[in-house]
Amino acid sequence: MIETLIRNFPLVAAVVLMGIGLYILIFKRNLIKIVMGITILSSSVNLFLVTLGYRTGGIAPIYTDAPEGLMVLPVVQALTLTNIVIAVATSALILSLVIRIYRHTGSLDSKKSRRMKG
Amino acid sequence: MRQFFAWLCLIVLMVFLVIGGFKMIHPFGEPPSAMDQYIIDNSQKEAGSNNVVAAVVFDYRGFDTLGEATVLFAAVTGVLLVLRAGAKKEEA
Amino acid sequence: MSKIVRTVANQLMLFVLVFGLYVIMHGHVTPGGGFQGGAVIASGVVMLIVAFGSGQIKKSLRERRLSLVESSGALLFILVAFAGIGTVFFYNFLVGSRIFGGIPPTGSNPGDVWTGGVIPLMNLGVGLKVIAGLSAAVLALALFSSGEEME
Repeated sequence: MIETLIRNFPLVAAVVLMGIGLYILIFKRNLIKIVMGITILSSSVNLFLVTLGYRTGGIAPIYTDAPEGLMVLPVVQALTLTNIVIAVATSALILSLVIRIYRHTGSLDSKKSRRMKG
Repeated sequence: MRQFFAWLCLIVLMVFLVIGGFKMIHPFGEPPSAMDQYIIDNSQKEAGSNNVVAAVVFDYRGFDTLGEATVLFAAVTGVLLVLRAGAKKEEA
Repeated sequence: MSKIVRTVANQLMLFVLVFGLYVIMHGHVTPGGGFQGGAVIASGVVMLIVAFGSGQIKKSLRERRLSLVESSGALLFILVAFAGIGTVFFYNFLVGSRIFGGIPPTGSNPGDVWTGGVIPLMNLGVGLKVIAGLSAAVLALALFSSGEEME
């Protein structure tokens, strides 16, 4: 049991990060903490994607001055690249909305900006 | 009461993730790789580039990169739209 | 910020620009590409905003010029994708021809820049788009916090 956990260590790290991100999203009320929870959740998904394409003893999938050995899978790394750029764009939009909410209601508590008034 | 339901949902989800992560996917280190092996072997002849990841992002899967560029454009437009100070109202 | 910080930021911006353009244009030989190089140069612009203050950077980077650069980058990407429409959308029609055509030998080799087909042009388009987009977003956030707005 302990040996399985140590051998698949990147998968354990991805699951722990996802647990932390979900806990922050469900239980915290400060708006900035919620944005940080969304970012941690995105990071855990990226780590999980890159871990799925690993070959034991593999090298990077680039042919310029490459050493001997098998190459790891390249399609999964392309999906992770796209995901990182989309996470940056979404985070910028969410932060601009948080700045507007703070100017309008004067507090960063998510229970104070529930009703949609004019 | 609401706190109890929230904790229950979180624990059920985490147990599912831990069990699924070790039993439902392939063992760590030997992925199934028929499509990727074709791309690694033929990337220098067909796409003409040494970097296999760049060939996948721009040549074999270029349509996904078009969608990603659209999302980036829409997000930057949204940020510049939300953060405007607004026009001042004219005195009648 | 003090005079030492402003002078050092001025001198360092040249090296950041050269390194970012190197990462963008060698995207088909070494690790890197359009998105990574664009993020490097955008972080250099953030360094200038921190050193000089957002009011002074607003005079150089106006919104109309940034919008022009971003749109031209997106247009270059789509035009290069449409140019190979004879076979299929996004076809790599420059492999073996006279512009960026050259086929590397199979296996491990020292890389050559004059290869890659249509990939370096797409890298350039995406790089321009990311530079202008991220700089505009960070500049808008910095200006809103100090009371002004992007004109």
